[in-house]
Amino acid sequence: MRKERAGFVKNQRQWVFYFPLWLGLLAWPLMGWKNAGQLALTMMGAAFFSHFIIRFWPHVKLQSVFKTVPFYSDRWRKSMAGLRIKIGFYVVSGFLILILPFFLNNYFLDILNLAVLYALLAVGLNITVGYTGLLDLGYAAFYGVGAYTYALLSTSIGLSFWLGIPLGALSAAFFGLILGIITLRLRGDYLAIITLGFVQIIYLCLNNWDSVTQGPNGIMQIGRPMLGSFVFRTPFHFYYLALFFLILTIIAVHRLLHSQIGRAWIAIREDEVAAEAMGIDTTRVKILAFVLGAGVAGVAGVFFAARYTFISPVSLTFLESVRILSMVVLGGMGSLPGAVLGAFLLTTLPEMLRGLANYRMLIFGMALVIMMVFRPQGLLGKKS
Amino acid sequence: MFLQQLINGLTLGSVYALVALGYTMVYGILGLINFAHGEIYMIGAYLGIVYLALFTALGLTESHLFLSLFLVFVFSALTCAGYGVTLERVAYRPLRSAHRLSPLISAIGMSIFLQNYVMLAQGSADKVFPHILSPEPIESGGFPMSKIQAFIISASFLLMTALHFFIRKTRLGKAMRATSQDRVMATLCGIPIDRIIAITFIIGSVLAAAAGVMVSIYYGVVNFYIGYVAGIKAFTAAVLGGIGNIPGAMLGGLVLGMVESLGSAYISTEFKDGFAFLILILVLIFRPTGLLGEKGGDRV
Repeated sequence: MRKERAGFVKNQRQWVFYFPLWLGLLAWPLMGWKNAGQLALTMMGAAFFSHFIIRFWPHVKLQSVFKTVPFYSDRWRKSMAGLRIKIGFYVVSGFLILILPFFLNNYFLDILNLAVLYALLAVGLNITVGYTGLLDLGYAAFYGVGAYTYALLSTSIGLSFWLGIPLGALSAAFFGLILGIITLRLRGDYLAIITLGFVQIIYLCLNNWDSVTQGPNGIMQIGRPMLGSFVFRTPFHFYYLALFFLILTIIAVHRLLHSQIGRAWIAIREDEVAAEAMGIDTTRVKILAFVLGAGVAGVAGVFFAARYTFISPVSLTFLESVRILSMVVLGGMGSLPGAVLGAFLLTTLPEMLRGLANYRMLIFGMALVIMMVFRPQGLLGKKS
Repeated sequence: MFLQQLINGLTLGSVYALVALGYTMVYGILGLINFAHGEIYMIGAYLGIVYLALFTALGLTESHLFLSLFLVFVFSALTCAGYGVTLERVAYRPLRSAHRLSPLISAIGMSIFLQNYVMLAQGSADKVFPHILSPEPIESGGFPMSKIQAFIISASFLLMTALHFFIRKTRLGKAMRATSQDRVMATLCGIPIDRIIAITFIIGSVLAAAAGVMVSIYYGVVNFYIGYVAGIKAFTAAVLGGIGNIPGAMLGGLVLGMVESLGSAYISTEFKDGFAFLILILVLIFRPTGLLGEKGGDRV
């Protein structure tokens, strides 16, 4: 790249000064000069501070920080000694995950429940977005289809939860199939927009079709899961149920990824034309990715409906899709542990930031941008 | 009734067209869906209220109404241009050579950020635009068009014509067309593409700001979430006309406005927002290149 032209701003140090000033100027009409001035001064201070840190601490790069994370270092991945540690790590963490609920109160258990549920969703979305490279912005629609299928069948004919799971998955997968067939001819960004329109249409239908879905009021008194005479009631019970589904899904997805289909997905993500040239039926494999991703969302939806015994269209918006997507992106697209980690971080961190309630989404949006600019492959993703 | 709806549709459509132009120009040059463009439009709508309040406080609105309105448009456009350029510099330029999903996610992040920024700065309650233009119909033989509508339609057409000539006749316009055809080749010909892209964002933001101010005059109410739906609809308009195609965006906007207006009058008001998406899906299935778009193969 050619050097930046010498203009109004001559070097980096001046940028540190002028850029906050410029942002303050932009914010002035909307925030008033007092707030905008404060903002500019704070940013200037922060920028100067980080500027000095970077100057006097020049050898630490983000890369080397990440290398200390066990999963990240290649050596750790490859070595046989690593394998033994790895198995030990999995056993210990698995044990910790199993006994964790005994040490938590209901509030934290509820958050943990949600984290496992989102991990399920993130793993499902990872199939479409992470492995196959199809940007799906309407994932919450499938989730909603699953949840409403179970909610309607449970309240009308008293369908049991265990039948609801496959039915919810099937109906969500059916919608995934429709969407897949519609979008199979389109390239990436068009596909993103179609899925966006799809989630909007589903939302409008659920919200306005009062006679069936009871509109914005939602559906109440959805049946709880039962096992014999045992009823799943507390977050403690649901934690293990959710964990069961999550582990089952992770194993299934992991097996799929190391099969012919999984390799075909990754080939399509890397280069669709080349994949087609290698004899992969790209259309079929792409639709399959859509259908399977949607099916997982359907399971999560049924679980959600049974867990809260209440469902309304509010929980199925575009923002919900973006939240799931950002979990996948944060953890690293195309990484199974990444998706789970992303889901846990993005469910628990906002709870810790409760005090900053108003600024949560602001920080969230900014974090997405920063993530994309500085580490587009995510926390545990591999650099392509 | 029908004529009334047609004119409502035309008004709405010309606003969509103005926003759609920003989408289509950025897509034409960068191949990127600028998700945050709808938020620029929303910021424009807010700025209209802020600057009008400023000029009213200065006493300008009372003495020279049209000068004041003109200045509101100019100032909002300038500020929005600043937002657009900054957006490009911060969220898109570092990602120009990245994987194609990265800038899209960054754009979504920017959109969420700007929405919440405006909500925090201006509050989440509706903002009301003072009634300065009377909504009464023009007295000419029962023709059902209000002054505001006449103003919006004519001003948008003026802006669109100006843009058309800018793109077709000036050196900068030529450079923009060259950049959208082939970025690498344009660089080799000595076109400063960084600057051209910045200018594209400026023009798009100016048009979006104009649309935003018009909408806040027209509806009189502004909220921080109007940008999202308007943005999606404007994008639909751009796709409908053939994305990357400037006359297409204008046509697509007008068609979409009409369909929405007639659809909500004769079919269903509740599903008003659904028509745009239905059109979008139908267009993408049956004619992915849009009404005026040319067929182009996938680049390998």
